[in-house]
Amino acid sequence: MSGKAILALVDGTVYRGEAFGAETTAFGEIIFITSMTGYQEMLTDPSFAGQIVVPTYPLIGNYGINPDDVESAKIQVRGFVLREYCPVPSNRRSEGTLEDYLKEANIPGLSGIDTRSLTRHIRSKGVMMGILTSDLTSGEALHELKQLPDYGDTDFVREVSIANAFEWEGGQKRQTYRYNMVIVDMGLRFNIARILSRLGCRVTVVPCTFSSQEILAMQPDGVVLSPGPGNPALLDYAIENIKGLLGKKPVLGICLGHQLIGRAFGADTFKLKFGHRGANHPVCDLATGKVHITSQNHGYAIDADTLKGGLQVSHINLNDGTIEGLRHSSMPIISIQYHAEGSPGPQDNTYIFDRFLQMVSEVKG
Amino acid sequence: MAGLSKVLVIGSGPIIIGQAAEFDYAGAQACKSLREEGITTVLVNSNPATIMTDEGIADIVYIEPLTVEVVERIIERERPEGLLPTLGGQTGLNLAVELADTGILDKYNVRMLGTPLETIKKAEERSLFKQLILEIGEPIPESVTVNTVGEAREFALSIGLPLIVRPSYTLGGTGGGIVHTMAELEATVENGLASSMSHQVLVERCLLGWKEIEYEVMRDAADNCITICNMENIDPMGVHTGDSIVVAPSQTLTDKEYQMLRSASLKIIRALRIEGGCNIQFALTPGPVVARKWAPDQLNADGSQYYIIEVNPRVSRSSALASKATGYPIARVAAKIAAGKRLDEIPNRVTGKTMAVFEPALDYCVIKIPRWPFDKFAGGDRTLGSQMKATGEVMAIERCFEAGLQKAVRSLEIGRRSLLWEDKSWSDADGHINYPLHANDMRLWALMAALRRKMDPEQLAEQTGIDPWFLHKMSNIVKLEQRLLSEDLNPELLWQAKRLGFSDEQISTLGDMLPDQVRQLRNRWNIKPVYKMVDTCAAEFDAETPYFYSTYEVENEAESLTGSKAVVIGSGPIRIGQGIEFDYCSVHSAWALKEAGYKSIMVNSNPETVSTDFDTSDRLYFEPLDGESVLDILENENSKLLVSAFTPSVLQFGGQTAINLAASLSRNNSPILGSNAEIIDLAEDRRRFEDFLNHQGIPQPPGTGVTTISQGQEVARTLGYPVLVRPSYVLGGRGMEITQNQEELTRYMEQALELDERHPILIDKYFEGKEVEVDAVSDGTDVLIPGIMEHIERTGVHSGDSIAVYPAAGLSKDEANTLVDYTVRTGLALGIKGLMNIQFVIMRGNSGEQSSIYMLEVNPRASRTIPFISKVTGVPMVRIATKVMLGISLREQGYKTGLYGKKALVGVKAPVFSMSKLTGVDTYLSPEMKSTGEVMGIDLTYEAALAKALIAAGLMLPSQGALLFSIADKNKAEALPIIRGFYDLGYQIYATRGTADMIKEHDMDVKAISRKLNEGHPNIVEIIGSGSVVGVVNTVTGGRIPLQDGFHIRRASTERRIPCFTSLDTAGAVLKVLSQGSQSYNVKPLSQYLGS
Ligand SMILES: Nc1ncnc2c1ncn2[C@@H]1O[C@H](COP(=O)(O)OP(=O)(O)O)[C@@H](O)[C@H]1O
Ligand SMILES: Nc1ncnc2c1ncn2[C@@H]1O[C@H](COP(=O)(O)OP(=O)(O)O)[C@@H](O)[C@H]1O
Ligand SMILES: [Mg+2]
Ligand SMILES: [Mg+2]
Repeated sequence: MSGKAILALVDGTVYRGEAFGAETTAFGEIIFITSMTGYQEMLTDPSFAGQIVVPTYPLIGNYGINPDDVESAKIQVRGFVLREYCPVPSNRRSEGTLEDYLKEANIPGLSGIDTRSLTRHIRSKGVMMGILTSDLTSGEALHELKQLPDYGDTDFVREVSIANAFEWEGGQKRQTYRYNMVIVDMGLRFNIARILSRLGCRVTVVPCTFSSQEILAMQPDGVVLSPGPGNPALLDYAIENIKGLLGKKPVLGICLGHQLIGRAFGADTFKLKFGHRGANHPVCDLATGKVHITSQNHGYAIDADTLKGGLQVSHINLNDGTIEGLRHSSMPIISIQYHAEGSPGPQDNTYIFDRFLQMVSEVKG
Repeated sequence: MAGLSKVLVIGSGPIIIGQAAEFDYAGAQACKSLREEGITTVLVNSNPATIMTDEGIADIVYIEPLTVEVVERIIERERPEGLLPTLGGQTGLNLAVELADTGILDKYNVRMLGTPLETIKKAEERSLFKQLILEIGEPIPESVTVNTVGEAREFALSIGLPLIVRPSYTLGGTGGGIVHTMAELEATVENGLASSMSHQVLVERCLLGWKEIEYEVMRDAADNCITICNMENIDPMGVHTGDSIVVAPSQTLTDKEYQMLRSASLKIIRALRIEGGCNIQFALTPGPVVARKWAPDQLNADGSQYYIIEVNPRVSRSSALASKATGYPIARVAAKIAAGKRLDEIPNRVTGKTMAVFEPALDYCVIKIPRWPFDKFAGGDRTLGSQMKATGEVMAIERCFEAGLQKAVRSLEIGRRSLLWEDKSWSDADGHINYPLHANDMRLWALMAALRRKMDPEQLAEQTGIDPWFLHKMSNIVKLEQRLLSEDLNPELLWQAKRLGFSDEQISTLGDMLPDQVRQLRNRWNIKPVYKMVDTCAAEFDAETPYFYSTYEVENEAESLTGSKAVVIGSGPIRIGQGIEFDYCSVHSAWALKEAGYKSIMVNSNPETVSTDFDTSDRLYFEPLDGESVLDILENENSKLLVSAFTPSVLQFGGQTAINLAASLSRNNSPILGSNAEIIDLAEDRRRFEDFLNHQGIPQPPGTGVTTISQGQEVARTLGYPVLVRPSYVLGGRGMEITQNQEELTRYMEQALELDERHPILIDKYFEGKEVEVDAVSDGTDVLIPGIMEHIERTGVHSGDSIAVYPAAGLSKDEANTLVDYTVRTGLALGIKGLMNIQFVIMRGNSGEQSSIYMLEVNPRASRTIPFISKVTGVPMVRIATKVMLGISLREQGYKTGLYGKKALVGVKAPVFSMSKLTGVDTYLSPEMKSTGEVMGIDLTYEAALAKALIAAGLMLPSQGALLFSIADKNKAEALPIIRGFYDLGYQIYATRGTADMIKEHDMDVKAISRKLNEGHPNIVEIIGSGSVVGVVNTVTGGRIPLQDGFHIRRASTERRIPCFTSLDTAGAVLKVLSQGSQSYNVKPLSQYLGS
């Protein structure tokens, strides 16, 4: 940790601190997340593509970096902004420091700033674009910002999705699988695949560009539409494919997947002021009346007033009443806006996967 | 919940180690919460120094002993539909279980609310608990439950030592411990069986060195579950959570580990079907550095292993801490759940927008440090283990660990000790160091010292079992110390130092300047703290809590409050001599300010208390109570810079802590409400006060201050022995002793002089007489005295340790008049505005001769007896005093000068001790205060009130049995009638040789036993240990080093948990009650006694 670095926001606000990680320049949408643990899972969450992430918890890096707690193959965030970076981690599984981890991926970090005031700023002004740099002056940075495309106009799904389909190896190999699952990777979090294969599924992950024909040709028992980054309104190509699956195969949509199902049926999506990002959001399952604490990471949501085509609300957020889950009145389709796979976050919601497999087995007969 | 209109809430009784103010906080919150639901609450508690026992909290208040008999009578009278057992700590829980087991709840069909009985049993009965945990497939350490020592041995032989012994239904690890030898095992198991309500102990595999992690969990009847907070104990397994330095949230756990334990917590609370909150303790595999020494078998185990240590199915010390650490009001929500509400039906008062069903997100880190009583009990065993020894705790909130740790240390108020402190005796001669690095109350400072001597953090981690993460953080502090020592102070360095929590005082010490200079530099360079909000949601939502902590960052969220306002300085951690009474006073002062139209701003560092509940005052600053942080807060509140507009402070209610701030506040011309710094100094400085009294013609025991031993011997000779010696400016009689002769005096002075060089030693003539105490409030024109309290024990027993009686029946009219006259004159002449407390000794000449009254001391502040006297007289002292300070005269408030009309009732305040927790501490009563809490007995007659006080304090003797007497020669004659009295009541008499001879001479039967431990069997200690006697009367020969066997007698009765009276006056009182039929007392609501 040597030089100084700055974070400049498009509205002209500038925060000064110490550079850590790669000493370079990165721009992206500035968002905050309130989970107190799980920074390695955050860093590797493809839904953060195109974003500079600010954990509200001030002490980050404490337990180092290990080979297992990753949610994708690489670091996905554009930059990481902290109150304090811990250079001497301690944990039995730690194999390196957060700083080296960022350096290797050429991702810049900034530490030593008043992240709470930054969070309050975003909360009141809404999320916005910003630049994290250790080589530009604030003047230059602000000038740069003006030239840059807005987060909401960029399709990040293509960036994060895999090139070729592959079979998930995570789980223990078996002779016989309960079900044949296809996950459409729009920014897959590994834990979804881990859980499905733990539940006895054969899991194949396919690129977001796979057509519905190609997917159906694989004769899946069910299809999971993964979470992913960015604005669902930019993803008509994906929606086309999804339309080809709906009603034909049981479908589970998670986060972005959930939003796309909504759009496929003609609903609108809108951008939340500062998103839902954390591990403590209460969600009510309207079927049981039970409340579950959920892990969330999304900046867009489905507009409840525009729901059409037999979609019904199955879950709602108790903080702001937004839609957290959908089911279809006649077709085998369920979807959730939050992360049943947690990671980081509570493991309370894996019942969603059981519910989906139940649906799958009923269809399969 | 259908048909729930009246609920009985059981309080936790007197403050003892392991059960402190947190239950007043929880109980008060719960009662308010139930009220909101339209439920009538009936509260019973024996502790008068509690907010929960005030009007306005519960609807019907009983201040009565917490016994099955009493509570049955209350139930019979009130017929509540429900009983809330989970708010009164272990006391309330165990009492509820007894009420259920004895069929009383069924008899009056009272429903147990919140947590069902079988759940309590499953959680508390170690064997049932183990069974349940195994059923749900959660890991629990290998163990056996035993009812005999034999079974314990077998287990030890099969799995080997060390092992840990854990009794059922006990508190703070009472009666348990970690044992390394067979002998230890047998002794501990015996003790454990004795202390366990169900005569059962668990003998368990020892997990020393594992991480100890706690989760606070809540569940409602609809099976919605959330975790409020997790906490990581810095001291690993083996040190009681109550004695551990704790950080929240956990710092060294990955999300995987965090969620693993969280999921287990939810599984457990569901299996237990708890409706409300509970605390779950886990042991977790230590990191490699620690495992190397403490858990080698874990080194290459894959994945982290965990074990469930225990569940407390109730609100607890930890839940209070979690509430203050997160802003989430656990007790309040638990009460609503017990009343049938679901988590998603309860609004989150903090955000005002969201519901109670969420998990707080912290954007700061919280450190708790226990406050141990070893500054008073230097002789006690300071090692920490599975049995709790701390009397209180402090909490600090900061944005980084180092700053939080240093802030917490400042809050401890152990002298002005910062992390720089090192004990003189510590040395690292020829490389090897003798710092106490084993678990003990000084370990934190020892670790710092070791790091300063360049010891490797990892090596220290391996040695102590503390995770290296914490030691690296501590070494960051040491590194900055080095910079402050070697570099010139510049804005950048000062900023760094403040960010890491260095106080101005530390910085000045290291930079060789004066603290005020550092403050000036901070002003010049504009380096000031900002205040951030505790909002439960890490700023995700716009919150309304007026709950703030200081930190050195950019943005300040605490705009100075507008309108007229005052700052109430709290009393900090609970310690012997400064207990919950002062929190009681602070809270009432805040309320009184509100009534008078002022905004109240509370400053305190104690997480257990009602005062640090964010809705007690208009604004709460959770901060250390030292000059620096209080001045910073005042600056933050002083919107305008004109002195006239400065925010005033109230210092009278925060005990000595607040009083000690007077000087530095007035130096910074910061206004003080009520008696000002000058008045305070006049009363506190014994020299000046002596002149004052001479001037007033009010007698005081002759005496002077001395600074050399020869001087002292000279003074004592002229005064004549016995003399009372003490350092000046003491609280709770610290370091105070009665010396009978020159060598006792000399020995005392040798030790005491180093106790505190800054102040001289005071030598007073010791008058052995009747001690009385008054609290009074003065407005400068009138002085109101609500009542006079007479002590049962004569002078020489600290006022805090003696039984006090209202009204003082034993005084002649003249004596009472003189007391009033002295009090009124003192109040007016000193110019007291607000409260004062005075203690007198009355020396009676032989009959007829008129007695002389001496003034012992004046405390220019609220005293320990304020809650008691307010409750028994119905005079709300704190409210009156606060209004007086605001300029509303006593007359305007409807009071006048002199003694307030006597009530037709008797109130007795009795002390409660925690000696069974403090091994090695001598228990005899002396001028040094030793009690941790108090109870009150109130009734229409003296005997009944006294009986209730004794019962509630656990000082009452069973109606028959054997008593052991061991009386010092100087008391023998006086003891005779008392012994006779017990003898006539049919008690068998045991006595030590000399005492026995005297008893025989007066032809009573007596069993003589050898006093000396080595002269034949059974000796006294064995007699006591074997349970052959139900009580002990033992007077001390005097001096600091009591006879070893006397010490053993007292300790033995403590371990055996039978009363041991070291003052004949107490024994006499017990005799009086027993001979007058103690059992006939009333059980009535407080209001009815007062009404009568
Ligand atoms: N198996 C064990 N090995 C080592 N230490 C233990 C073990 N069980 C308990 N302890 C220690 O003893 C302390 C007190 O035990 P606990 O059951 O929590 O008593 P209490 O009911 O008084 O809280 C715990 O905080 C822990 O540090
Ligand atoms: N001169 C004296 N003669 C007899 N007893 C005394 C004398 N001074 C103090 N004491 C006893 O010591 C106790 C503590 O003394 P005090 O001055 O009240 O100390 P503290 O400031 O701790 O309350 C008193 O309650 C009283 O019993
Ligand atoms: Mg415990
Ligand atoms: Mg006193």
